[in-house]
Amino acid sequence: MSAAVEITGVDKTFDTRSGAVQALTGIDLTVEAGEFVSLIGPSGCGKSTLMRLIADLDEPTAGTVEVFGKGARQARLDQEYGIAFQSAGLLPWRTVAANVALPLELHGVASAARSTRVAELLDMVGLSDFADRYPDQLSGGMQQRVAIARALAEQPRLLLMDEPFGALDEMTREKMQSDLVRISAETGAAVVFVTHSIPEAVFLSDRVVVMSPRPGRIQEIVPMRLGAEAARAARTEELREERAFFDMVTAVREALHQGSPVGTAPRGLENR
Amino acid sequence: MAIATATRMGPKTETTFRVLAPVAVGVIVLGVWQFLVTVVGVSDYLLPSPASIIEEFIQFWESILSASILTGTNALIGLVVGSLVGIALAAIAARWRAVDQMSAPVVASLAVIPIVALAPVLNSMYGADSQFGRQAIAALASFVPVFINTLRGFRQTAPVHRDLMKAYAASSGQVLRTLTLPTARPFMLTGIRIASSLAVISALVAEYFGGPRGGLGGLISTSAASSAYARAWAYVVASIALGLLFYLVTLGLERMLQRHAPQARRRP
Amino acid sequence: MTEVGAREANAVTDAAAVVAPGDAGARAAPPRRPGAGRGGRAGRGFAAWIWGLVGILTIALIWEGYKLLGPADGVVVGDLRIMPRTTDLAMPHVWQMLGRLFEPVTRADDALPLWAAVALAALTTLGIAAAGWLVGVVVGIGLALVMQRWRIAEWGLLPWIVLSQTVPLIAFAPIVKSWGSRVEIGAFEWQDWMSVALIASYLAFFPIAIGALKGLQSPDRIHTELMETYAAGYWQTLVKLRFPAAVPYLLPALRLGAANAVIGAVVAEVSTGLQGGIGRILIQFAGQASGDPAKAWGPIFGAIVLGLVAAGSVALLGVILSNYRRNEEHA
Repeated sequence: MSAAVEITGVDKTFDTRSGAVQALTGIDLTVEAGEFVSLIGPSGCGKSTLMRLIADLDEPTAGTVEVFGKGARQARLDQEYGIAFQSAGLLPWRTVAANVALPLELHGVASAARSTRVAELLDMVGLSDFADRYPDQLSGGMQQRVAIARALAEQPRLLLMDEPFGALDEMTREKMQSDLVRISAETGAAVVFVTHSIPEAVFLSDRVVVMSPRPGRIQEIVPMRLGAEAARAARTEELREERAFFDMVTAVREALHQGSPVGTAPRGLENR
Repeated sequence: MAIATATRMGPKTETTFRVLAPVAVGVIVLGVWQFLVTVVGVSDYLLPSPASIIEEFIQFWESILSASILTGTNALIGLVVGSLVGIALAAIAARWRAVDQMSAPVVASLAVIPIVALAPVLNSMYGADSQFGRQAIAALASFVPVFINTLRGFRQTAPVHRDLMKAYAASSGQVLRTLTLPTARPFMLTGIRIASSLAVISALVAEYFGGPRGGLGGLISTSAASSAYARAWAYVVASIALGLLFYLVTLGLERMLQRHAPQARRRP
Repeated sequence: MTEVGAREANAVTDAAAVVAPGDAGARAAPPRRPGAGRGGRAGRGFAAWIWGLVGILTIALIWEGYKLLGPADGVVVGDLRIMPRTTDLAMPHVWQMLGRLFEPVTRADDALPLWAAVALAALTTLGIAAAGWLVGVVVGIGLALVMQRWRIAEWGLLPWIVLSQTVPLIAFAPIVKSWGSRVEIGAFEWQDWMSVALIASYLAFFPIAIGALKGLQSPDRIHTELMETYAAGYWQTLVKLRFPAAVPYLLPALRLGAANAVIGAVVAEVSTGLQGGIGRILIQFAGQASGDPAKAWGPIFGAIVLGLVAAGSVALLGVILSNYRRNEEHA
């Protein structure tokens, strides 16, 4: 079975008014099926760009991106992945249920099957009681849960998430992280997770990809020893207080510091 | 002082005042009007008394009704045609930038020029017995706000939604149906509501520029010219009612279709 | 019902925004606001002009194309003629319309060329419209100040102001005519042109009142509270905070008011039969269209230019006040 994501020698250059900007250079990365990988780094390191390349929302200037052995474009057309953005991006004129049903609707799933699936998904994210609400009637955290349910709608083997919890308060964020750990264990999907929070990356991931800016590149890949894939479900709130957790946080921090001036923390990073 | 009182008002009191204040203003105006006519003795040509206007309104009810229907039909045809053309052209302009750039200055000009000035030549283009000139004026006047608002609506799709649609590999028809049209809808409806008032006003005013008689505008000017001021006022009252009807119907339409859609955030 | 007042206000603010700058209307306008584009501004402005010209040419081409290909009696469906007759009488050639502008108005020896006659008439109308606009500005801003100061006044007046514009009160125009030369207050005698200016001002005040109210109410809470901490009084707050904050709202309102004043003046000239303005010659030349069809288009071009000049002069105000518009989104 091929890897979930296979990135080889990818460069990405943006043309802007003030000339070409090298956003990514020489990126090689493999994400195995069922693996949880976080991309972390300071602002401008190209972590979101990298995720957009995997999703085929942008195209690489050089190199190849393969998803489950296909080109990124084909993978998108075949709907090999589900995606969630920093803002929930729900359609304001659709109810919660209709928002979750959107991808199913677009891809021609029959109405009966659709409502069964939507009910399952809302149950999974704990929003069954809110199916008929409109997005503006929900809190930010609830909206984000709807967005995650929507991303999971078609049981993708790969989940792409671009700072999905970035706008949430700390309490909600930790709750969502635990939910995500549970959900990803249940579905067995590979996850590429963009974040700028070190504890978040450490708590969630099997491997943390540390990136550095100007030009965006991979600084180091830090494997987490908090538990293999099989043990993902065992990650609980207690983990956040264990010695191993802090060791991993320190490891990622040190990796980040290598890519930036000594003594100062890279900008745009949270050490919470 | 009033501000201080107002801010400390309970919600119930506020509701009462919001209803009472406009009613009070209306009653005061009516009272002053009646006072001017009966006590001060303002001449008829300046201000006929409300009572005499109502009297004329009842007496000429039939001609008022048929004139309202005539003018109203012109306005309605204009509104429907203008809105359809406006939406269609906005869709084209949103799709092809060249069309947008070509139409932009023309539409911007249409918004500031007196469109009714076209009425006389339209009458000669279509023949003096035709209502078409008026309908065309109403259509042109309706077209402008519908086009401008709809085009704006078509451009309101959020980047995150566009990314989402791309990630879903949605076809362009699906994007139009599930994203672009619903996003543009409130803007479109706002445009139509604004156009509804303009359509009535334009259809009516176009009658001042010649063409067949029998509409509200024509009757107002004939009545005024023959010094039947109260009757002219009665026709004015009818045209106010007609304008209000158009406005309220389009407003109702907007409310009905937008009940669950929070308005897209607008730039102040 | 309770909410109607406030929401109505919003509704019509949209109306005022139909051609508001920064909205689609202005993006559409070829003369771009200074600093509108970050790069290649001159180039883009030039391109916009070219495209606009192409748009106008396209309309002329459609006109001529239809005239060439359409049936002489127009397209008639049932009793309804849905496309115009294509005879030279009904649809003169575009070049005839333009050429006619440079021929004399009448056969008389001392007759002005048509364009000059139209320009004179347009200037007269512009003067009347400007008078009406000024009255509209004073009344509109005055009402907005009152409504901003006392909420009860806003509740009482705003619904009526909104209502007054959703209904065709311009229908009054023929009646206002009867006031001319009959109203005398001391040495003051009501002139005919004043009826026209009155109607123009009536159409102009509404967008100004709504725009000014929205602008005066626009300062953020932090700004009003800042003024409070300075113990600034009502007038100081007004001058230092509310008026500057209102500029971005006021400018489009003033421009819309100017366009409305022109429309009001033209319509009122027609319905009151006032001599000397463009409304009058619109009707007069249209009456001669059976003998001289191209002549009727002269005053139409004049009215178009008039509307553009009126809106354009107000846009100049925007250039002067550009410092107060830094927060406007550059389209």
